[in-house]
Amino acid sequence: MTLTIHDLRKRSGSYLSGSAGCPGCGATLAFRIASRVLGPDTVYIVPACCFSVIQAPYPKSAISAPLYNIAFAAAAATASGVYRAYRILGKDINVVAWAGDGGTVDIGIQALSGAAERGENIIYVCYDNEAYMNTGIQRSGATPLKAWTKTTPMGKRKMPKDMPMIVAAHRVPYVATASVGYPFDLASKFDKAKEIEGFKYIHIFSPCPPGWNSPVSKTAEIGKLAVDTYFWPLYEVKNGKLRITVKPRKRPLKEFLDLQDRFRGLSDKEVALLEEIVMEKWNFLLHLEKSERIF
Amino acid sequence: MGLRIPIIIPVSKPSKGSAGKTGLWRVERPVINEDKCIKCWLCWLYCPEDVISEGKNGFPQIDLTFCKGCGVCADVCPVGAIKMVKEEREDEHRR
Repeated sequence: MTLTIHDLRKRSGSYLSGSAGCPGCGATLAFRIASRVLGPDTVYIVPACCFSVIQAPYPKSAISAPLYNIAFAAAAATASGVYRAYRILGKDINVVAWAGDGGTVDIGIQALSGAAERGENIIYVCYDNEAYMNTGIQRSGATPLKAWTKTTPMGKRKMPKDMPMIVAAHRVPYVATASVGYPFDLASKFDKAKEIEGFKYIHIFSPCPPGWNSPVSKTAEIGKLAVDTYFWPLYEVKNGKLRITVKPRKRPLKEFLDLQDRFRGLSDKEVALLEEIVMEKWNFLLHLEKSERIF
Repeated sequence: MGLRIPIIIPVSKPSKGSAGKTGLWRVERPVINEDKCIKCWLCWLYCPEDVISEGKNGFPQIDLTFCKGCGVCADVCPVGAIKMVKEEREDEHRR
């Protein structure tokens, strides 16, 4: 089912205005849309990440749904426990682990891998702002090549982990990538994940203006450009079958890089290298799309 | 023994404005030109702060108490009906 803007407006979300999030935050934008799709019967598990700050200081909370704060490495393990407790009580509740990229790609990966392997009936969401933004912009396993962070002042030298594919290799029923620049695509992926039994993983590209040194008003545009330049392809892997959900016309990667100061000062050679990597991945995905099952 | 240790469970209660009046963070204020607005609600969809709602006259209305002034709404508006205007708050500077 494709959700329209009117469907989303009719539903009630779990985000209340006036949180501690930065202006133009991609994570709150993603959460607003996701919570409207998931509905009120949802419990969120949040490890240490930007979102534990966004949800605001005690004694007030910006999230009107039950939300449980937990240690950095334990998001997927806690979500498994919460889901099993609700199963015993006979309640049909969406259990959502809402973690940043550090809590998913680096620190939380073993709990995530364990929950995926056990096939817990939870939705694991990674909102990916591509560094440890909460603690002051340190590199993470999701930081892209050549990106500036405080611990990679000359640009990151390593490639990021391909986290959606790592989770897809656990042969879970549903894995998807999403971007805040394509909110309808994001909403429809949450809508699908809600209905599927088993472990679901959604990786959201979520721009971070203070961390990426991008203009605050360009959050949505950067999210859209990332997809249009093939930097962040939108696809889903459902029961092992890969499908690219958005196939835009290719725009030059430089348009995406120029909006963010974290890629400032890249030489033409480096931009060409990044463009090559991006095209290589896109062609690989097109190739995978043709096969019946990838995992 | 009669000694009772109070058990305090740190549970936060949902409330608007959990970080205070975030409208005070604003440098620029969005202003909607209702003559140009086509009510596509894209500003509502993309607003990271959830401050846009339907006003009494059916046009989008921005809650300036909490709007952080990021300008995403002005950036996504397809007809350019939202302008960012510099915020002038003389009285609050004196506080």
